[in-house]
Amino acid sequence: MAIDVKIPTILRTYTAGAKSVSAQGDTLGALIDNLDLDHTGLKGRLITDEGGLHRFVNVYVNDEDVRFTGSLDTQLKDGDAVTILPAVAGGIA
Amino acid sequence: MARYESLLEAVGDTPLVGLPRLSPKWDDSTAHVRLWAKLEDRNPTGSIKDRAALAMIAAAERDGRLSPGATILEPTSGNTGISLAMIASLRGYGLVCVMPENTSAERRQLLEMYGARIIASPAAGGSNQAVAVAKQLAAENPDWVMLYQYGNPANAQAHYDTTGPEILRDLPTITHFVAGLGTTGTLMGTGRYLREKVPDVAVIAAEPRYGELVYGLRNIDEGFVPELYDDTVLTSRYSVQSYDALRRTRELIAVEGIFAGISTGAILHAALAVADRAAAAGERADIAFVVCDGGWKYLSTGAYEGTLQQASAKLEHQLWA
Repeated sequence: MAIDVKIPTILRTYTAGAKSVSAQGDTLGALIDNLDLDHTGLKGRLITDEGGLHRFVNVYVNDEDVRFTGSLDTQLKDGDAVTILPAVAGGIA
Repeated sequence: MARYESLLEAVGDTPLVGLPRLSPKWDDSTAHVRLWAKLEDRNPTGSIKDRAALAMIAAAERDGRLSPGATILEPTSGNTGISLAMIASLRGYGLVCVMPENTSAERRQLLEMYGARIIASPAAGGSNQAVAVAKQLAAENPDWVMLYQYGNPANAQAHYDTTGPEILRDLPTITHFVAGLGTTGTLMGTGRYLREKVPDVAVIAAEPRYGELVYGLRNIDEGFVPELYDDTVLTSRYSVQSYDALRRTRELIAVEGIFAGISTGAILHAALAVADRAAAAGERADIAFVVCDGGWKYLSTGAYEGTLQQASAKLEHQLWA
């Protein structure tokens, strides 16, 4: 099962500059563990010591924010697209 | 009643209109799925931001923070600045707006027409940078009054007091509310009001996904979450790419005749995703979504001409919402 993961500019030091990488996992948590095998240190930038998503990191599965779909327990299936983005001010303001 | 003593009293009470052609199941006696558009472009300066701007200025006047002749400072991508500029000019305040340089020409021109001073913040960094520059200016100019829409409770309160009650009055059968996520004021205020009155209501956020430039932080710790944001008010949150936002913006005008700004397309995209889920599950849904503003201020971005691919490429480095 391969899942495409989009990496934001700020974290591409961990992916040798790659904009997207492929990883595996039935859940988002497993996927991030898997990502960290090939891209050591990435997990530490996404997940806090307490085991939750970093406050300023947003992760989307098929454009939906995982904080509302089970966070790290969000289920993944083949062909899903995962996007990681830093939280910034945006939208109409 | 459609007579008002001044323009400021004409803020709010906007129409809620049905979208019979875009709704998946408008006519279905048992389980209709209907979309309803809250036309916030009908506010005096043409956007939903008139509500928050008026409430923030009124609150600052009550608190004594704002007195005649004062200068207001605000980081804005445009709409809040335009609303504040109109109100400031009528009430005798000066206005300094910190705005990213990659926002549309129309927004800058409107602000200048209203007499506001614009301080441009670098395109790289988007609204994040505008917030940072404004905070620095506030520290350097202690006599300026920063209303700070991202953390000002009067912003969300405006929607709790007006947008929420208006929607419930016009759509008592509401099942879903969908709006854009920027300062989060619209979603927090309207969402809290609706949840109190309709406990099962779903509150859905649509946020724009910009080109990479806007996410150009040096460090994750420079990230930003508005102080007003409380994720327990929401039930889901979608990140919408410019291509999808544009596609829906064009659909809205072609199918239902509503000429809206691009962020409304992002909101409609999320609303349609919710609508399709309800229709597939055979559930009744009355989905209200916000039309934040009209398309006029975005004509120069190229959003409304050429193919979708061409138009979304042009938006890559602009703040389109």
